[in-house]
Amino acid sequence: MSSLADSSAGLHKPLLSQGIRSILLHVLIVVLLFLLYFALPVYHSGNLARILVLAVFAMGYNVLFGYTGLLSLGHALFFASGMYGFGLAIQFLDVLPGAAIFIGLLSAVAVSVVVGVLALRTTGVAFMIVTLMFAQAGYLTVLLFGEYTRGDEGFNIHRSDRVLFGFDLSQATNRYFCALILFAICLFLIAWLVHSRFGKTLVAIRENEERARMLGYDIQRHKLIAVIISGTLSGAAGVAYALLFGYAGASFAAVQYSILPLLYVLLGGAGTTIGPLIGTVFMFYLIDLSSDFASAYLSSEFASAYMLIAGIVLILLTMFAPQGFAGLLRSKYKWLP
Amino acid sequence: MSLISTRGLSKNYSGLQAVSNVDFNLPEGQVRALIGPNGAGKTTFVGMLSGRIKSSSGSVIFRDKDITQLPAHKRMTMGMAYTFQITSVFSKLSVHENVALAARRVIKGKPSVVNEKVASVLEKVYLADRYDQIAGDLSYGHQRLLEIGMGLAQSPKLFILDEPTQGLSATEVKGFIELVGVLSESTTILLIEHNMDVVMKAAHYITVLNFGEVLAEGTPDEIRANQSVQTAYLGSH
Repeated sequence: MSSLADSSAGLHKPLLSQGIRSILLHVLIVVLLFLLYFALPVYHSGNLARILVLAVFAMGYNVLFGYTGLLSLGHALFFASGMYGFGLAIQFLDVLPGAAIFIGLLSAVAVSVVVGVLALRTTGVAFMIVTLMFAQAGYLTVLLFGEYTRGDEGFNIHRSDRVLFGFDLSQATNRYFCALILFAICLFLIAWLVHSRFGKTLVAIRENEERARMLGYDIQRHKLIAVIISGTLSGAAGVAYALLFGYAGASFAAVQYSILPLLYVLLGGAGTTIGPLIGTVFMFYLIDLSSDFASAYLSSEFASAYMLIAGIVLILLTMFAPQGFAGLLRSKYKWLP
Repeated sequence: MSLISTRGLSKNYSGLQAVSNVDFNLPEGQVRALIGPNGAGKTTFVGMLSGRIKSSSGSVIFRDKDITQLPAHKRMTMGMAYTFQITSVFSKLSVHENVALAARRVIKGKPSVVNEKVASVLEKVYLADRYDQIAGDLSYGHQRLLEIGMGLAQSPKLFILDEPTQGLSATEVKGFIELVGVLSESTTILLIEHNMDVVMKAAHYITVLNFGEVLAEGTPDEIRANQSVQTAYLGSH
């Protein structure tokens, strides 16, 4: 009897402090990002606003890939759904920015429900192919309706349409803090999600789907909800990108934007709350620096060699740190969420 | 009264009749062993009870409801628990989280209620001092116990165990027989088993399958004395 009491007391202690540590970590990250804006030169704080939006995209991707174990190659579709839902509404429906944001989010939800219901009829490699195909269909649709979407050329969103609650989001400070608010909301949402009953079940599905099913969990339902959450967060990033940077273009619907969140998450650490941010920062500056390097030291015909440099670094990283940066940290600090 | 029963349950694998026309009744509170030579259709049969395998014809009635068309996870929520023939745990998660995942599906209350349940289950399967170990690091025997613990955490009405003692040491098997004795006070147990020692000591009643059909049913003593069972196991001369 006494050993029973001991072990149940032992069970409470680490769980509680783990929860508090994880809250502290996330608050600290947000505070740090807040302060960084004042510390960084303008060029880098501008980059950081973009990174925060892309990190939200990566966090959405991570819900499906990192926590549920479903590898999608079609997340550009969700990003573009948000971006075009917002952009086209502003452009053609003559609505206020707030309503356009809502329309953008709604289209991301709708697209993720449809893709989820259909793509989840498959598993494994077939799931990758089907999501890739959906995203390609989405990309071609954007090009097909070039009259409205302006295709690859894209369209600008007018400055007057980028005012929210009286804040002009084309202005750098407002833009940064809008990106930070979105990022913080998503970070805390995901930290809460992965700590919840639902999030833990997603991890169980990732680890051993058949065992989870035979514990009585409805696998399909959990996966569908995961696709919807993941797609909606990615769509929110798409809305934010169009809103903050004033542009929507077909390149954001192309396959490159399906691969990028996968790389962000892999590099930063799949299945960790802070991994997507770390991976996005790293990848962003890797491309930035290697293109600087390529244009400085190589003749103009080799200027695109920056992708080669980035590629080599990525290969080295996957060879020596396959769990990503946050994965490495977690093998040392087990409480990392 | 039967907790679970089948009527004319059959499974046809594109021509191969794995289970044919089985009528089966398992009363509440019993420990039933399902035995038979390799390929007799035991795993297919319990697969159709648990919903992992879709039946070709016939019906399954559990707690007075026809569950023949229900998917596996719905059957589990009705009060079944199932352990796999090949050990299946969440090998990268802790022992505690493994059992908590099982308990959380049943207990909708606070984490502290789940933790209490987990602690009491781990105590029963002798794993209380290993709650924070990673499940994959446990020995094979402990992993089997963990899987039984995951079943227990669901407080099942019917607990189906597919070859639970496979690969266990002699002492672990002895421990398992005792555990079944304790479990049988609170749940009905159906176990597929090859170890005759376990079958004779743990089971109240035995069903023998051969070529997908029920060959014999009876108490351990009756089955031991049954001529056709001996022929099926040892071959005729």
